[in-house]
Amino acid sequence: MSTRVAESPASLADPDELALGLPESYLSAGGTLGSWLTSTDHKRIAILYALSVTLFFFIGGAAATLVRLELFTPQADLVGADTYNKLFTLHGVIMVWFFLIPSIPTTFGNFLLPLMIGARDLAFPKLNLASWYLNVIGGLITATAVLAGGIDTGWTFYVPYSTTFSNTAVTIGVLGVFVSGFSTIATGVNFIATTHLLRAPGMTWFRLPLFVWAMYTTSIIFVLATPVLALTIILVVAERSLGLPIFDPAKGGDPILFQHLFWFFSHPAVYIMLLPGMGIVSEVITCFARRRIFGYDFMVYALVAIAVIGFFTWGHHMFTSGMSPYAALIFSFLSFVVAVPSAIKVFNWTATLYRGQVGFESPMLYVLGYIGLFTVGGLTGLFLASIPIDVHVQDTYFVVAHFHYIMVGATVSAYFAGLHFWWPKFTGRMYPETWAKFAAVLMFFGFNLTFFPQFIAGYLGMPRRYHVYPPEFQVWNVLSSSGAAVLAAAYLMPLGYLTWSLFFGARAVNDPWNASGLEWRTTSPPPRVNFFGRPAVLAKPYNYHPEGAAPLHDEPRIPSQGSLT
Amino acid sequence: MGSLMPAWLMPVAASTHAAKVDRIFIGLTLVSAAIVLLVVGFVVTFAIRFRRGSKADRGPLPEVVSREFEIGWTAATLFVFVFIFWWAASAEIGAFSPPKDALEVHVVGKQWMWKTQASNGAREINELHVPVGVPVRLVLTSQDVIHSFYIPAFRLKRDAVPDQTTEAWFQATKTGTFQLMCTEYCGTDHARMLGRVIVMEPQDYAAWLSAQPEGDDLAHQGERLFSEKGCSGCHAPGSTVHAPNLAGIWGQAVQLDGGKRATVDAAYVRDSILQPKRDVVAGYAPVMPSYEGLLSDGEIQELTAYIRSLGAGPREVRTPGVPPLSSRVPGAQSERSPAMVPGAPVADTPSPAGPVVRP
Amino acid sequence: MTDPAIATEAPLHAEFLREPWDGLGLPQEEALSYQRFGATFGIWIFIASEVLFFGALFLFYAAVRAEHAEAFATAARETNIVYDTLNTAILLTSGLSAAAASLASEHVPLRRLTQWCLLATATLGLAFLAVKGMEYRDDIAEHLVPGRGFKLPEPSAQLFFGFYWLSTGIHGVHLTVGIGLVARLIWIGWRHPERLPGNPQVEVTMLYWGFVDMVWLFLYPALYLVGRPG
Repeated sequence: MSTRVAESPASLADPDELALGLPESYLSAGGTLGSWLTSTDHKRIAILYALSVTLFFFIGGAAATLVRLELFTPQADLVGADTYNKLFTLHGVIMVWFFLIPSIPTTFGNFLLPLMIGARDLAFPKLNLASWYLNVIGGLITATAVLAGGIDTGWTFYVPYSTTFSNTAVTIGVLGVFVSGFSTIATGVNFIATTHLLRAPGMTWFRLPLFVWAMYTTSIIFVLATPVLALTIILVVAERSLGLPIFDPAKGGDPILFQHLFWFFSHPAVYIMLLPGMGIVSEVITCFARRRIFGYDFMVYALVAIAVIGFFTWGHHMFTSGMSPYAALIFSFLSFVVAVPSAIKVFNWTATLYRGQVGFESPMLYVLGYIGLFTVGGLTGLFLASIPIDVHVQDTYFVVAHFHYIMVGATVSAYFAGLHFWWPKFTGRMYPETWAKFAAVLMFFGFNLTFFPQFIAGYLGMPRRYHVYPPEFQVWNVLSSSGAAVLAAAYLMPLGYLTWSLFFGARAVNDPWNASGLEWRTTSPPPRVNFFGRPAVLAKPYNYHPEGAAPLHDEPRIPSQGSLT
Repeated sequence: MGSLMPAWLMPVAASTHAAKVDRIFIGLTLVSAAIVLLVVGFVVTFAIRFRRGSKADRGPLPEVVSREFEIGWTAATLFVFVFIFWWAASAEIGAFSPPKDALEVHVVGKQWMWKTQASNGAREINELHVPVGVPVRLVLTSQDVIHSFYIPAFRLKRDAVPDQTTEAWFQATKTGTFQLMCTEYCGTDHARMLGRVIVMEPQDYAAWLSAQPEGDDLAHQGERLFSEKGCSGCHAPGSTVHAPNLAGIWGQAVQLDGGKRATVDAAYVRDSILQPKRDVVAGYAPVMPSYEGLLSDGEIQELTAYIRSLGAGPREVRTPGVPPLSSRVPGAQSERSPAMVPGAPVADTPSPAGPVVRP
Repeated sequence: MTDPAIATEAPLHAEFLREPWDGLGLPQEEALSYQRFGATFGIWIFIASEVLFFGALFLFYAAVRAEHAEAFATAARETNIVYDTLNTAILLTSGLSAAAASLASEHVPLRRLTQWCLLATATLGLAFLAVKGMEYRDDIAEHLVPGRGFKLPEPSAQLFFGFYWLSTGIHGVHLTVGIGLVARLIWIGWRHPERLPGNPQVEVTMLYWGFVDMVWLFLYPALYLVGRPG
């Protein structure tokens, strides 16, 4: 038996009720709303982020629901053109900046980074709290734009439409994104400093769990890419609201320059949305295959390579804008090259299963789904890196399907995998496993039904951001919208059973999955100071079996990865 | 190779480029399918064979699996991906430059319609007639925001950017009517900015073309006004009045009376028409009458377009009143049709049928 | 705040030491020194992000100037080189006093020197803003604000001045933030003199100030030295 879960709630007492003289868990340390809103405890801030991120997810999801409902038919029968344009803009803006970019780093990263390296907290706890407030204030400002009638520029707010032609609350909307950008930069600074400076004794760089490496490389992108977006937003606001000529062609400005500046941020941003999920996959797959990760070093190099090369591929979003053919070829080449490290990661995850002891607990189901969906999404990226194909499918549903396979199929699956894997650690409760397995499988099928037909519709020529479309595309849209209904159900289910588990779930032991990693060497949930004593690290991560061997049978983990001094 | 994919999964291939694009697409799909099957196959096989508690052999990893193995499959992946890059890139390089004898069509995107103009001046709204088997070169621009000209059947897409021109070309291989769509979000009716491309047999195209009026673009109308309103009375080369020759003057810096310099641009031309005594070129008497109240704004813009079409740079003397057959006026800036002067109002209705009255 | 597992006596600079630096099991002086290193490390990473921010701004400038070189030169000649050469001197001097403050703050006996240097830095910063204000007033009077009635005829000259107002404005905002941070340190030094020496916030603030100074060193030639040969 690999999981040591209490059989019934009654058999494991609430540790707070036992007179053990231990510090109370971080959840109980201060019960007022004020204590939560002023806490500098990275774990509490992670929970605050989890709440705001979930709220934004469902707002963005509601917009998507309306979009897909409208697209059931070729005519405009649900909403008019302007409303539809505002809906897909809302969906994109909220999902990209207020859900995908923060989600894994600010929830899992905040909670787990100090625990995984054996630290007491992040390097700058007050800055961490400030970053949550900045995120929420940014979200409120963008929400104000929605209340002021919405924005209709698309999440990419290309000029000159957004600066000169749109009659919607563009300035307020982008200022909200601007403010939330400071939140991500602050998180990035915090994570980089923490990883460099607060590792426990013995935790060398190449003993770090891959999730920590993923947070570190993501933070580098946070720090270097987000400022360019901040400036781009300032330029748009300067032109639109202050009347300064920036991109205005009549004054000699160049709208294509906006696209370069925007995509210089937004392409690395997609790697912000990708790398953290890859970190989660490495943690979960090793635990449920009971195996060390295959090729740890190459997995680290792959993360770094994706982060670095990703900064130089932005032009592949602009192949049809009239750029020089030489520039286009360079961007195309680099876009092919950046796919190689991603492929290596997929190979290594697959190889990790070899001669393992594979279990099918719900986090593992999400991760197995991730591997399939990410492979499809990544390969379709190669289609888009080929200029002749990209010219045909740019701005069609092919691109929409590609990025949803990566951002939703991969990243959101990883988010749910992590949510289930670390739920016992965050909350001290176990969730109902059967429901979770069902939701994972439902999500996989719902997702494919929603987005695979979009590849076909895109190659056939259906453009994106169309609320009415030529009737020959209807069959694919009906399939896609039906899938969206299934997917919506699959997202609502965890909301239900995870909330249920908070009140009625079985209490969790320190290490219900028998996993490696320092976060499992403390109570579930952890105390405010994270560890009882100071951790020291003695060996490499994922010590599920001796090096050079394989787990002969389903045996408990070798307890030599860490000890408490 | 086209038969590998059922027809309802791919749009009709109606251009020389479309076939190449489809070949690469199908090739990539096969490679991707193979990789997906490989990965999914291994994952499923390993997950079942090595499920917890199964009897499969789990000794140490085989010797072959080592760092060299990892470097090997990394290199193999890089090689496959670079090969695909090379395949796609060579198709792209081959397709980049239009043939020398391509038919030129000017396209203007505007919220929310497409305006096309063939080189003889034939203008269409949301439609484009082209002959089959003839290369067509598109010169695109926009009057307001960025649009994108997309013909799925030709696998052709190019953005139309305001105040810039972009180019693309195609050669249609099938007659028929094909969908034209805007694929760069441009506002409320982006989804309704549709059109048709009608490909005809050469003789049908010639017949269609000759039935089209030659089209009064702005510069031609300005040319007509130049004569009608009496400008040519002083400014034509043979005039007895000492007035500046306007050929080639556009964009030049001129020395004004009183020592200042001015550039001959739209603003200067407008000022010279409405307040001719203000900035007189040195060496000329201030005798030009003002046209304040005699010309509308639109007419001033047409005259400006005409003067602009007389060229910038080396002075080329043209006789006003003799129209050229092509919109490529000698000496004019060749990147853009004179009708496409930024900000100039272009009549949104197609030219009236019937022969054009020429002065 | 402090970890009960560490035995501590009455600390010299206890109020500087914060979590999690106090939970590393190090003796207090070492923990404080490590915390100070961490603060400096953090501000350098933030400065890296600011480099990208201003880098993008200068990229915009470079792209547009490459496209409209002559108009930019004509427009740049309209800027007031006297005010801004003066401002450059002011800001460079403030950089000197900032560096001095940072070094002095490491030594308890130099507390008063630290305070004076901080005061000089803030004062010079305010002087910069005052001179800038006068320059802005003159620019507005000369119709150098893009829009109707702009002084120069070429449209792309307005593009230069769009960049001018935007970049000097953004630099001014950063400088104001810097003055605010320095003023806060002056306040701390006045109210609680013992909290200034060894305070990690001094070096962090001075590094930020140094960065804002550096940005000006790039902005000055971009705006004022174009089209002015010799």
